[in-house]
Amino acid sequence: MGILDSISHIHTVSSHRPWPRAVVTEAGWQAAIDRLVEGSLTLLGFWGEPAAVHMAMLDGGSAEIAVVTYECTAGAFPSVASRHRPALRLERTIHDLFGLVPGVADDLRPWLDHYVWGKSYPLSGRNASRDVRPYQFLPAEGEALHQVAVGPVHAGTIEPGHFRFTANGEHVVRLEQWLGYTHKGIESLMQGASLEAAAKLANRTSGDSAVAYAFAFACAVEAALQIEAPRRATLLRALMAELERLANHLGDIGAICNDASFALMHAQTGILRERCLRAANVAFGHRLMMDVIVPGGVTRDIAPDGVAALRALLAELRKVFPRLIELYDNTASLQDRTVTTGIVKAEYARQFGAGGYVGRASGRDFDARRAIAYTPYDALSFEVPVLQAGDVNARVWIRIREVEQSVELIEQILDQLEPGGLAAALPPRIGHGACEGMALTEAFRGDVLVWLRLDDELRVERCHLRDASWFQWPLLETAIEGNIIADFPLCNKSFNCSYSGADL
Amino acid sequence: MRKTLLESLTHGSLTEPAPAPDESALAELATKVNRAAQARLGRSLAIREVDAGSCNGCELEIHALSNAFYDIERFGLRFVASPRHADVLLVTGPVTKNMRQALERTYNATPDPKWVVAVGGCAIDGGIFRGSYACVGGVSETIPVDLHIKGCPPSPTDLLKGLLALLEHVSGKR
Repeated sequence: MGILDSISHIHTVSSHRPWPRAVVTEAGWQAAIDRLVEGSLTLLGFWGEPAAVHMAMLDGGSAEIAVVTYECTAGAFPSVASRHRPALRLERTIHDLFGLVPGVADDLRPWLDHYVWGKSYPLSGRNASRDVRPYQFLPAEGEALHQVAVGPVHAGTIEPGHFRFTANGEHVVRLEQWLGYTHKGIESLMQGASLEAAAKLANRTSGDSAVAYAFAFACAVEAALQIEAPRRATLLRALMAELERLANHLGDIGAICNDASFALMHAQTGILRERCLRAANVAFGHRLMMDVIVPGGVTRDIAPDGVAALRALLAELRKVFPRLIELYDNTASLQDRTVTTGIVKAEYARQFGAGGYVGRASGRDFDARRAIAYTPYDALSFEVPVLQAGDVNARVWIRIREVEQSVELIEQILDQLEPGGLAAALPPRIGHGACEGMALTEAFRGDVLVWLRLDDELRVERCHLRDASWFQWPLLETAIEGNIIADFPLCNKSFNCSYSGADL
Repeated sequence: MRKTLLESLTHGSLTEPAPAPDESALAELATKVNRAAQARLGRSLAIREVDAGSCNGCELEIHALSNAFYDIERFGLRFVASPRHADVLLVTGPVTKNMRQALERTYNATPDPKWVVAVGGCAIDGGIFRGSYACVGGVSETIPVDLHIKGCPPSPTDLLKGLLALLEHVSGKR
């Protein structure tokens, strides 16, 4: 039975691919929220347009996906967040950008809007103004409590954001994040952009996931246009995606240990990360492999010496990495810091649909590469590690296992690479009105969702990019509760959520 | 652990020879000579990195400067946790309006003499984010900039070339 069968809808949109999208009544909208609340569906995305809101939902069992749309004829829509908390920041963002009002919302504080853009509701197309009020943090009351304010400029070389801790002595009673500092207006820059310009923006939504975003953007365009990238191009895409995953996991495993003052691991994994980036540079001409994946295929083939460089990288990883795993596993002072620290409850991971190692370390068995099995992962064999403990240690182990899987995947891909075309031709224009596409890819930190609508000249009319961090950041607030403030960097690094990806 | 440490000691160093300072960077800096500052700082500079809304690509490459291949500290360059300890602000991103005030405050908190290095295409003129309602566009539109390092993102070698040029300039060697 399809997701939409149990949700009363007015009509389905025929130009939406590959999953169905339906315009629903208020009853249908509420029925969809019911399914989220009861846990039979997971919220995948929630985004706005000047006069409509869309919700993407996943049926975890069947891996079926559907989008429901509520048309906001009176500039308002029934609040999702007041009934289903994972939607909260997305709902506040919809209000910030489009001025649509969720009713009846119990939290309508701004999220991305810090009142300095020079205009309110920038994507609404209207000239409305908004009352400026000081940002109110949620209260935490008690005799011995004190607050610690951190950021937006942090002590390390990391992205900006504000953390407000309320502590009782050393122990964190409440952490509240206030983000939006890196909001660049990517969705507005997407509007009217050519596919080429839009792909560049997608690459730079979160630089550490450039490949995953470009991959998802390209798949969404291809779904909308009903074209397919050639086999060789899809294999090269997956090759880059796995290299990106390797580089990030290696860098972060070391950085987590470094936040527990174990610098040796940081130095060693830093070398391996650098080797990955250098191999990527040899193979694809860019260390972060930006702008190689485009709608239709890839812009370049792997360099002639790229295969040898990658095989050498795999050999090096197979030689060195097992020793580092042993080092991690056998260093008691390190384990003392990571085991039982920053636990994410399995219940929250499920409710929030937390992707990536945050979800998989807390029992949520979801990986877009396997669940959606987008090309070429349908023809590759790999395992998806899942653990139950939910602590920093479990998140490290998921990453260790994923490094091993990525090494195997790269080898399989290199073995399967056969000569072939690099890009399918895009039609010059569509000719039958707008078309819509959607795609999900697995970045190193979790699933990236891209939804877009193209006009008949193949320009982007509207594009929404949803980072996995949207559903992970709130869980960091829960994970740090009861831990000491000094363990926050460790917990934070074990999540490594994207600021830029979620601030857009 | 012992094996890993021993191997690090017995194997040759991974650290690569220093690249030559970037000539165009030296030319850009030559217009901003400050002899008094040169005398005081010698060949040691403390760097505070400020992300003013980047995509985090530049941060990844700035991080790489500390790995064994580039080993930035051998040049007397080191990253510090507070602008109050810094001689150099390394600024990335198209300066989002949401970060403008924080950037200004960080600049004001940095003691004189100080230098500002704008890193990456966005920091030069806003890059692909230029024109957005949410971006100021270019670091120099918010605080004075002494040196620009191009690239999207600049490679660690490019970053090193620019920073070495700054070091040469500060230590008055040219």
